Amino acid sequence: MTTLPSSLQQLPVGGKALPAANGLPQQVRPVVGPRAQAWKRRLPLLPALVYIVVVTQIPFIVTLWYSFRRWNLLIPGSNQFAGLAEYRAAFENPMFREAAWRTVEMTASSVVLAMLLGTGLAILVNRQFFGRGIVRTLLITPFLIMPVATDLLFKTTLYDATFGLLDWVLKPLGVGQVNWTGTHAVGSIVAVLVWEWAPFMMLIVLAGLQGENLEALEAAKVDGASSLKTFVYITFPQLRRYIQLGVLLGSIYIVQTFGEIFVITAGGPGTSTTNLPYFLYEQVFDNFTVGIGAAAGIIVLVLTEIVAGFALKLLSGILTASAAMA
Amino acid sequence: MTVALLQVSRRSWKRRRGWHHFWTVVTWVLALLLFFPVFWMVLTSFKTEGTAYTYPPQFVFRPTLSEYSQVFGGVNNFTKPLEHSIFVTLVSTGLVLVLAVPAAYALSIRPIKRWRFVIVFFLQTKMLPYVAALVPIFIVAKNLRLLNNEWALVILYTAMNLPIALWVIRSFFIELPKGLLEAARVDGASTWVEITRIIMPITMPGIAATALICAIFAWNEFFFAQSLTTTNPTMSVFLVSSIQTEGLYWAHLAAAATVASLPVVLAGWIAQKQLVRGLSMGALK
Repeated sequence: MTTLPSSLQQLPVGGKALPAANGLPQQVRPVVGPRAQAWKRRLPLLPALVYIVVVTQIPFIVTLWYSFRRWNLLIPGSNQFAGLAEYRAAFENPMFREAAWRTVEMTASSVVLAMLLGTGLAILVNRQFFGRGIVRTLLITPFLIMPVATDLLFKTTLYDATFGLLDWVLKPLGVGQVNWTGTHAVGSIVAVLVWEWAPFMMLIVLAGLQGENLEALEAAKVDGASSLKTFVYITFPQLRRYIQLGVLLGSIYIVQTFGEIFVITAGGPGTSTTNLPYFLYEQVFDNFTVGIGAAAGIIVLVLTEIVAGFALKLLSGILTASAAMA
Repeated sequence: MTVALLQVSRRSWKRRRGWHHFWTVVTWVLALLLFFPVFWMVLTSFKTEGTAYTYPPQFVFRPTLSEYSQVFGGVNNFTKPLEHSIFVTLVSTGLVLVLAVPAAYALSIRPIKRWRFVIVFFLQTKMLPYVAALVPIFIVAKNLRLLNNEWALVILYTAMNLPIALWVIRSFFIELPKGLLEAARVDGASTWVEITRIIMPITMPGIAATALICAIFAWNEFFFAQSLTTTNPTMSVFLVSSIQTEGLYWAHLAAAATVASLPVVLAGWIAQKQLVRGLSMGALK
C-alpha cells in the first residue's frame, strides 16, 4: 500500500552529489560502526518515526481490513467477513460510480484551470514592475483565507441569485438572475477551487521561472529570437518539470476536496456534486455503513497512490538536479 | 549611420516601454480582480445586515463595528470555538516541533544510514488521502472516547504536519556552516547540547516559519474537525454550523470569516517563502 516505486529508492538526493548537497564533510557520513553508535544516531529519529507509522499507516491497514467486512454501526452483530462483497457493492452502486467520475472531472478541471491561470500570473509577476511585492502578496491571499470561510462567502455574497455580486457584475452582459449553485453546481465548485489553488500554482511556476538559465535567454536575444519563440523553445522546456509538479501535487490535494462541497452544495442538487470524499462521509455518518465506506476509501487510496508515485518520482528528479547544481 | 541606429533603437525602446506599461496594468487588474472577494468579505463585515442585502450591492456606506461586537460578545459568540482552535493549533504545532527537530537532525547533521529512504517515507505519508482513513479513525476515536475531544484533532494534525515540518527544518539544518558544528564536536558537546544550544538558536527563524506553516494547516482544517467534533467545534466547524442554524446573515458571516482568517493571512504573508517550500515538499527553495 505504501511501497515506493523502485526507482525512488536510489533517487532522493542523488548518490554522488550528497556531501556537497548537505554541506557537511565526508567523515560525517554514516559509517557502519558499532551497533551502539548506529542506535545513537537513530535515537533522535525514533519518536517521529514511530508516531508517523502509528498514526498514518495503521489506519490504512485497518481500513483495508474493514473493507472486507460487512458492517453497519446501527446493527449489532452485523460485523462479519464478506470477502470482496463490499467492493462489488461499491462498483455496482450507481452513486459510487457517479461519485468516482465526478471526482476525476472536478479534480482534472480545477487543476488544469488553476495551472493555466497560475502560469499566466507567474509570467506576469516575474517581470520587474511597479508594486511587484504588493501584487504578489495580493495574489497569494486567496490561498490563505480559511477555505471554509471562502466557501461560505462564495456561496452567499457572490453566488446568491438575488443579492449576489456575480449576477450584478454580469448583468450588462445580459445574464439574468442565475441560481449558480443550482444550475451550474459543478462549475461553482470548480471556480472556488481554481480561485483557491491558482496562487499555489503561481508560486511553483514562479520558482521555476526564477531558476531559469539566464545565459540561454541572453543568447536567444542576441540571436534575435522573438519573445514567443524564446518562451516556447527555452523557457517552457525548463518550466515543464515545475508545471508537472504543480499538477501532481495539486491533484493530490484537490482529490480530497470535501469542505467546498459540504458547504456550497452539500453534494447536490441531487448527487450532481458528490465526489468520493463526500460519498464516503455520507456512507459513514448518514448510512452508518462501514464496509462500503472503507472499500471506497481503499479505492481512493489506490488512485491517489498512482498519482503520488509519479509525484515522488518527479520530486526526486528535481532534488537530484538541484543537489547536483549546489 | 550612427544617428540612424540610435533613432531605431530609441523607437524600439519606446515601443518596449509601451508594452511594459501595458503588461503592468494587466497584472495589476488581474491581481485586484482575484483579490476582490477578500476585499468584499472585509467590506461586508463593516456593514449592517440591512446594507449587506441590497441590490445593486453597495460600495459606499457608513461602516459599523456592530457585527464584530456580535462575533465576540453575542449570544452565539466565537469565544469557545476560538479557544478550541487556539488550543488545537498551539499544542499540535508544539508537538510537531518536538518530534521534527531531533528527527531532522538525524536526517541531516548526523544522518542515519538509510536517511534518504526515511525522508521519502515521510513525504509519501503526506500524499495519503486522509479521507480514506476516516472509518478506522472515527471508530478508534469512538472506542478511546476521544470523539468530540480536542486531543483527537491534536493527534491527527500533528501527524499531518510532521512530514512537512521535518522536511523544511531539515533544509535549514543542511545550510548550517560546517565549521560551527565541528567546533562543538571538538569541544565534546553531547547531541542534546548540540541541538539545543547551537543548532536551534541559529535556525530559530526557520523553525519559527515552519511552526507558522503547521499552524496555518491546523487552523484551517475542516474535514476531521467536522467528522470528529460536535459540541466542541473548532472555528472552521463553528463557522459552518452557525450559518446553517442561524440562516444567512451576511454581514455577521463576513465579520466572523474575517476574524477566522486574519491570523492565518498574516502568518502566511510573513512565512511566504517557507510556505512554498513546505507545500512543494522541498522541491523549491
